[in-house]
Amino acid sequence: MNIAVCIKPVPDPGHYHRITIDPATKLLERKGIPTIINPVDKNAVEAALQLKEQLGGKVVLVSMAPPDARETLKEGLAMGADEAYLLSDRAFAGADTLATARVLAAGLKKIGELDLILTGSESADGGTNHIPSQVGELMGFAHLNHVTELSMEASTIKIKTKIENGYVEYQGRLPLALGVAREINTPRYTTLMGVVMAQNKPFTTWGPGDLGLAPANTGLAGSPTQPGDLHMPQHGRRAELLEGAPEDMAGKIVAILRNAGVLA
Amino acid sequence: MPEQPGAVWIIVEQNGSMLAEVTLELLGKARELAALGGGSHVSAVLLGNNTGILAGELIVHGADKVIFIDDPRLELYQNDTYGLVLTELVKKHRPEIVLFSASYCGSELSATVAAKLETGLAAHCVDLNINDRGELVQVVPAFGGMVLGDIFCPIERPQMASVKPGMFSKPDRDTTRTGEVIKETASILDGYESPLKAVRVVQKQPAGLPLEKAATVVAGGWGVGQDTWPYLNQLAGALSGAVGCTRPALDEGWAEGEHAMIGTSGKTVRPQVYIGFGVSGSTHHIAGMKDSKVIININKDPEAPIFQVSDYGAVVDAKELLPLLLKKIGEHKEK
Repeated sequence: MNIAVCIKPVPDPGHYHRITIDPATKLLERKGIPTIINPVDKNAVEAALQLKEQLGGKVVLVSMAPPDARETLKEGLAMGADEAYLLSDRAFAGADTLATARVLAAGLKKIGELDLILTGSESADGGTNHIPSQVGELMGFAHLNHVTELSMEASTIKIKTKIENGYVEYQGRLPLALGVAREINTPRYTTLMGVVMAQNKPFTTWGPGDLGLAPANTGLAGSPTQPGDLHMPQHGRRAELLEGAPEDMAGKIVAILRNAGVLA
Repeated sequence: MPEQPGAVWIIVEQNGSMLAEVTLELLGKARELAALGGGSHVSAVLLGNNTGILAGELIVHGADKVIFIDDPRLELYQNDTYGLVLTELVKKHRPEIVLFSASYCGSELSATVAAKLETGLAAHCVDLNINDRGELVQVVPAFGGMVLGDIFCPIERPQMASVKPGMFSKPDRDTTRTGEVIKETASILDGYESPLKAVRVVQKQPAGLPLEKAATVVAGGWGVGQDTWPYLNQLAGALSGAVGCTRPALDEGWAEGEHAMIGTSGKTVRPQVYIGFGVSGSTHHIAGMKDSKVIININKDPEAPIFQVSDYGAVVDAKELLPLLLKKIGEHKEK
């Protein structure tokens, strides 16, 4: 069972309130915000490791990211993955989801025969949910997103996906590309031994030449969508603080509810 | 035959007998875009089995045309079959704009079709407009709603976007409207065998008033705690409202289920009154409640970011205030 897991380094979501836009350059300011593995991507790594424990085989990590993503990939190796591939070049910068999926698919094809591609269902920063489906399409694999359960029995794979107020059960066969939801499992912690072992695991970096991609098909140039202005949402509210003892506050809230017409 | 230039499509989401609310919301927005785009028309694309009855409803809610495929192979949504059929329809009719719901299925389907067509897709748009160059301006949230960005698709066509339920208002029914129903076939599926088969769909409508329909939303966060949580249900009951929650409250198992979560990966609500208890104000949650008409928040931390998105704030422990508030409401009702 050869499993590839696509992971993405993202700014830590716990610090999003510190993100600002530079008024002059209109670029995002995210100084001092730590980079972590996109949280749900850890669930994808965990799902891959569990399948490997059950069925044998290999788990490889793949990321399209700047060179400093090395640390993010090392963390996945420390969890127990076997090899890591960093797809990195300036020509990849500014990619939308389709241009990202193109680079990931080119890397995945070069890695060799794969049975399963796992990703997190969405990234914390962009949050599009597109990558699992778009990587699946470009690989020619059947694909599903928002997977909450996954099991292999003989050659049949059973999958549960989330829908509004419920779920769908699927049965199918490999190869597949799946986006996993956080409900699927609890990711394991890295151990000190895992961190030490990660230092010696195979780590490969590929650029556009290695992947046979023309710069016109990658990054901003290869993206059908193009970004325009960024805005910070203006909420335009300034809380009027209710004074007094808690009982007085409760009384004032009752008056507000009455004025708003939700309490007769 | 290609559609006349500028056609705006919406992809219908339905359960066989009913249209999803978000489909009607999309129809309303599509009409606005078609008008801005120089009086172009709106087509609703309806895929399913025995769902023809919905075509009339789509027209009275704003569709000029309904492109309709009735086929047993489309009884259940699957991204492979729906993706193949939709891609064929787009290639044949060449719409300018295609709008999807950003439900679980809609997000997956839109991404699939965009990859097949190698065109652009903007996810979870919070607003859509047409600029003076006639391009679709797609406003998307990033970093959990902390930042909004405009997205364009300058060259490839169609321009595609997904929209979360609750972003736009539903148009009124207009029974004088007329429209055309265009029947198409799913012949692309002849001889096609899905490598993945949906074998069972399980859906349960949650009991009580749906969060997005409630005039009052009582929201609880981490600061409420398990023991105090039942007071939220009592308060929602007293105000004929519904209880929503944040991610941490859901993870703790205090809230009833995922359908109660408000935020970027949950529901978008815009009630008459939102009243939050122990909600700190993560950007993800704020994105789902910021358009509520009146916002009241109770939090013992005066620095909680949620106060920046509140009309009224009370700096007090939710545990202390909730019983007092219930008592005051009780007294008020007795009067």
